[in-house]
Amino acid sequence: MVDVLIIGSGGAGLTAALAAKEAGASVLVVGKSSPTTSQTSMAQGGINAALGNAGEDHISSHIADTIKSAHGLCDEDMVRKMCADAPETIAWLNEIGVPFSRLDNNAQGKNSVAQRQMGGASAKRACYAQDYTGLKILHTLYDTCLKENIDFLEEHYLLNLIVKDDIVKGATFLNIRSGEVVQIDAKSVVMATGGYGALYHGNTTNTYGSTGDGVAAVLRAGGAVSDMEFIQFHPTALKHSAILISESARGEGGYLVNEKGERFVDELKPRDEVARAIFAQISEGQRVFLDVRHLGEEKLMELLPQEVELCKMHEHVDPATELIPIKPVAHYTMGGIDVDYALEVTGIKGCFAVGECSNAKVHGANRLGGNSLLEIVAFGRFAGENAYKHSIYASSKPAEQTQKEKDRSEIEALFTQENVQSFYPYREALGNLFYEKVGIVRENAQLNEALEEVISMQVSQKTLGIADKSRTDNQNLTDFLEFKNALLLAPTIISSAIARDESRGAHFKTGFEAENDALKKHIVLQWKRED
Amino acid sequence: MQIKILRSDTNTHQLYSLPAGEIPLLNALTYIKETQDATLTFSAGCRASVCGTCAVRVNGREELACAYKVKPGDVIEPLQYHPVLRDLKVDKQKAKETLAKSTAWLQSAQEATLTHNDEKFTEKQTDCILCDACYSACPVYAVNPDFLGPFALTRAYRYTSDKREANVKATIDNIQSNGVWDCTLCGECTAVCPKGIDPKMDITMLRGTSLQHGHSDPSFATQSFGTPDFGFDPNGGF
Repeated sequence: MVDVLIIGSGGAGLTAALAAKEAGASVLVVGKSSPTTSQTSMAQGGINAALGNAGEDHISSHIADTIKSAHGLCDEDMVRKMCADAPETIAWLNEIGVPFSRLDNNAQGKNSVAQRQMGGASAKRACYAQDYTGLKILHTLYDTCLKENIDFLEEHYLLNLIVKDDIVKGATFLNIRSGEVVQIDAKSVVMATGGYGALYHGNTTNTYGSTGDGVAAVLRAGGAVSDMEFIQFHPTALKHSAILISESARGEGGYLVNEKGERFVDELKPRDEVARAIFAQISEGQRVFLDVRHLGEEKLMELLPQEVELCKMHEHVDPATELIPIKPVAHYTMGGIDVDYALEVTGIKGCFAVGECSNAKVHGANRLGGNSLLEIVAFGRFAGENAYKHSIYASSKPAEQTQKEKDRSEIEALFTQENVQSFYPYREALGNLFYEKVGIVRENAQLNEALEEVISMQVSQKTLGIADKSRTDNQNLTDFLEFKNALLLAPTIISSAIARDESRGAHFKTGFEAENDALKKHIVLQWKRED
Repeated sequence: MQIKILRSDTNTHQLYSLPAGEIPLLNALTYIKETQDATLTFSAGCRASVCGTCAVRVNGREELACAYKVKPGDVIEPLQYHPVLRDLKVDKQKAKETLAKSTAWLQSAQEATLTHNDEKFTEKQTDCILCDACYSACPVYAVNPDFLGPFALTRAYRYTSDKREANVKATIDNIQSNGVWDCTLCGECTAVCPKGIDPKMDITMLRGTSLQHGHSDPSFATQSFGTPDFGFDPNGGF
């Protein structure tokens, strides 16, 4: 039995693993793919910390900006903790070797790290490594995990948490390579499984795998989820491929223009406001572009080399000389697994959640750019330490095998099921349905239609299944399990959105365009126990 | 348009039809899986050339499926020197073990004044996404499966040239056996890197650093040529 089982091997999982191991725990990191393939690699712009390296800044300003952007839905104590931990977080990342961009200020350690402007920030606060900040943090964390001999189990897909008397005992997984269902017993569990943005299949910057597997598993195990309706749309994704163009493009001075060449919004407002302004232009039939031509080729290659490459490759435009066609798409899920001050999951003792899968209530109704990388590292360490502390006094009695047997027979049923219909068209339909009816601007009639369509999809799910009956390396099977999780979470998002008759941050509803103080609260969902 | 994909169960190339038009190979693979053949197996992630998941070989050359635009008649195969798990999906475990063997990490951190120039010095090397394209293209693996290989050595170079590293020798000592001297400097790795990294140059630089730390090219040593005083090996390690 392992002390701390970490599920998910992105930035949050790797940081939690390092912290738990350093505290003295035995640690196992289990992920459905490999550590460096996670969503963290796609974070581009930066990681916030009020270092004041590039002009005056204060932790209090970072706290104030974060609270303002959260529109009353954050927990101010959690925000204070995250922002106050930020400088130390950068110092730690610098110490393990993250290759940050640097200023020529003759300073040492974190004090030479370059910082840039991001939307909604009152200072140049985002520490960066060109526009590869997430990639370079993730890989440095991975290298450090290898150095510290962290154990990894790759290609194990989370099926269910094992919970007895409201205490976590471990989890069950599908070994993707062998097709076997395995059980891993643990004294503590850290969920670091990522967000659910891939519900917006085809209309998201997210990787295919961001299907909210961990959020769904917590819900099935009796834990709570909250703020599910708060989904951030990134203002600038490439129009045809939905590939992300970092906010740093605007932070460095890029403009948003319509086809008449007019600027129509302050580009450095928080993402929710900018995304809505773009959506309004598009609704009027305008095409919208990101214009960075005035920055010049040299500066673009210096600050945004990845963006230049992606624009050329996927949109056939050279940002140095041409306008970049963009549209807002789903990017980040603020809601997720409901956790307390110790990041322990509401309803499941010994189970902690961190990163995009969790709702630590630091982003509230709208996340600031640069705060998600900060959350995964600052709170990743906190989750790892807390999981270790729980493991010290946890029972070492192994869990029963009932969940494993149940999961095994459910997987088995998929192999024996006949006359199955392909789920892939449904995956695409769900993504389009969410973009159109549970999108940037919502409306109750459309939300109700979306709920009906999702319920009818859930009914059809019984006839959906896998065409590939291979026991080993069955990608068709894992795609289907991911789709089932997305479909399980879909109604939680829609029903929360229906219940929230107001507009707040990323949730904007026609007919209810203002904030309603009576709704300045979290919508928390939990399944009723069968017994 | 038609493309051929190497299927692992039959070990033959299977022909698939795609609608005309320019699409990334990854979209083509997804299209085939969704509409024609659910058993076709490949690895996919971010769609944006940064997660390192989807590298395959197209007409014998390593490419990221998400970044390569399909052309009629393309032949798609899995990476070389990796055990094929199924179709285009390979096992990267052994390749990744080269990172731990090279001890490519910051051994012992020290305070350092880092500048913009220091950032630039290893900016390219730290763009590595561990896609394994270089490993697949490296001909040394045909004769030496234990070679540490291009991406691990590039990473070793990145850390050993970091001013924050107080113990350069620790990593340098670990990349001598099956390491810097086993490279033939053929440059295949450099040619296929989707991020424009030049492992060949990094390995050349590491040879120089190795000499500074008292190591020598074993092929020179056994031939009693004495200790060479330059970093570049014209005999390519043979």
